[in-house]
Amino acid sequence: MPFKSIKSLEERPDFFSPGHGLCAGCGAAQIARIVTKVAGKDTIMVTPTGCLEVSTTTYPATSWKIPYIHVAFENAAAAASGIKVAYGALIRKKKIRKDAKVVVLGGDGGTADIGLQSLSGAFERGDRITYICYDNEAYMNTGIQRSGATPYGAWTTTSPGGQKTLKKDLMGIAIAHGVKYAATASIAYVRDAANKVDKAISMGGPSFIHWIQPCTTGWRYDPKLTVKISKLVVKTGLWPLYEYHNGVIKLTVKVPKRVPVSEYLKLQGRFRHIMNKPDELRIIQSYADELSAKFGLGPVVQ
Amino acid sequence: MSGNLAAAYAIKQLDVDVVAAYPITPQTTIIEKISEYVANGELDANFMLVESEHSAISSCLSAASTGARVFTSTSSQGLLLMHEILFITSALRLPVVMTVANRSVSAPINIWCDHGDIMPQRDVGWIQLFAESAQEAYDKLIQAYRISEDPKVRLPVMVSADGIILSHTYEPIRLLKDSEVTSFSPWNLYPTRLDPDKPLTIGAFGYPEYYLETRYQSSKALEDTIKIISEVDKKYGEISGRKYGVVFPFKCEDADVILISMGSISETIRATVKKLRKKGEKIGMISLKLFRPFPFIEIVELIKDVKAIGVVDRALSPGAIAGPVYNEITTALYLSKVNIPSMNFFAGLGGRDVTMEDVTDMFVKLKEIAKTGAVKENKFYIGLR
Repeated sequence: MPFKSIKSLEERPDFFSPGHGLCAGCGAAQIARIVTKVAGKDTIMVTPTGCLEVSTTTYPATSWKIPYIHVAFENAAAAASGIKVAYGALIRKKKIRKDAKVVVLGGDGGTADIGLQSLSGAFERGDRITYICYDNEAYMNTGIQRSGATPYGAWTTTSPGGQKTLKKDLMGIAIAHGVKYAATASIAYVRDAANKVDKAISMGGPSFIHWIQPCTTGWRYDPKLTVKISKLVVKTGLWPLYEYHNGVIKLTVKVPKRVPVSEYLKLQGRFRHIMNKPDELRIIQSYADELSAKFGLGPVVQ
Repeated sequence: MSGNLAAAYAIKQLDVDVVAAYPITPQTTIIEKISEYVANGELDANFMLVESEHSAISSCLSAASTGARVFTSTSSQGLLLMHEILFITSALRLPVVMTVANRSVSAPINIWCDHGDIMPQRDVGWIQLFAESAQEAYDKLIQAYRISEDPKVRLPVMVSADGIILSHTYEPIRLLKDSEVTSFSPWNLYPTRLDPDKPLTIGAFGYPEYYLETRYQSSKALEDTIKIISEVDKKYGEISGRKYGVVFPFKCEDADVILISMGSISETIRATVKKLRKKGEKIGMISLKLFRPFPFIEIVELIKDVKAIGVVDRALSPGAIAGPVYNEITTALYLSKVNIPSMNFFAGLGGRDVTMEDVTDMFVKLKEIAKTGAVKENKFYIGLR
């Protein structure tokens, strides 16, 4: 485990510059900073179209101090694979000498919905890429429309009465492809997340990290609460922090005592319309209970 | 060799680094053969068997951005699925080369030749070369890499070779030696590439104050390639003895009427011209070898003094004034202040055979309008029941 403390991560150089156009309190910026610190200099970053892409590459400026490419919305995995495979060929043919790591940072729309086919292809081919999904649970770049990752009950501009289905199980999809490594992450647990990024990259890939990313604008909360919300989503059992490797799933952050989901939901405007609807809250609580039973989290303690 | 096998052989000789492709009739035998070359160790490349044409072109684009030499091929629906990424490839100035085995588009589903797949790609910013024989599909592919990777060009190239007719028909092919191919189209590591030692951002977000200039630059770059394409063709002629030009006229010098076409149909038209010339008819034909950038100066120069022209379109452009090739040529004539009676023939759609009799009928119609100068109807659907 290379990161025994947050300090050991902080000492690493930054490859994601400040001055980008992401919102104050945006979780995606923090994810990008952690990922690039861990990945280091010899990394090529690929992003699909999305908040992170448009806000960090406004020509003629760029936030990326490592090579970066954006092609389109639905093909980040295919683009990443192309780079890794090309590097492999160029090195084998002695046309270049130094290899590079290839990392994707894609939103939930670009990953769970429109990009799922190309992601599945990259996983199935065993391409040595690390794909990280920053999941803000809706199409935030286009103005908060529901995606396949929008959770039950959440308001978006296209689910005005609240989302009626549960989130797509991206981790289950990745694991079913037989990826080398898969993990969930949250920015409230930086050390856990940094070590997972390190493992995902060092295992060569394909590897996958599903990272919950609170969105101040779309989730309707005060920007100062990003880390608190990132912690509560874990504490409620709605986002168990675990990793998968060699057929084994291991909980990496233990939650012996859970807090009720309402503690997490009530901080976010997107759930305001269901806060006085016990039936709706019960559905979300029972979803958290199911996940907790599956991954070995403790009971809810009021 | 068939056109497809000839294309695969060229790719082997060109020592391509990355191939990303997805099967679709009638292109598939190209990638089957390349797979075999890679498996046998005859071609040292990484072959990505991706899950769609969309990913095939996406992987080729990104592989090209590392400096690798790349190839893909497709047809029909596969080309339509690539459409979105084709624009990005040219705007990012990445030298991706692709063979298109031209095939009709659905519906109805049909696997035979026409240009319905390639015509919607008119505005994607790629150089578009057209072959009319399997030999030419081979020759043009070798030229394509030299053009595409030229630092003054840096644009993707499509080589169109009619599906089934060229892709699957065997003909004797004259092959260059491996060393001739690599010295004609040598690979060099392009310095602007995804390299951690020299970080750069590719595919940035462009506000209105930069968008126009960016698009203009790639559009202008495409227009400017016509000279380079002609030079490469000339140089290729010196090593191979085969020179095609951007337009390939036949018996045009003293012709009263000229028929213009693209792709394999040109061979039937040329044979018809030969036959009718023996009967003393003053007719000629032009085979268009380049569709983008469109060689309008060269075309107008050849046809400006004739009495009538006909243009064969192997694709429809529903709702347009006429077919896509006809529109280009008549616009070029109008802008050159040349007014010639003309006709647009739609022929060979979905693999419908176009015979020498059909071509003879086209010339009969052209001679009529040449005589009277009056065009009652200018759109003809050959063989329409």
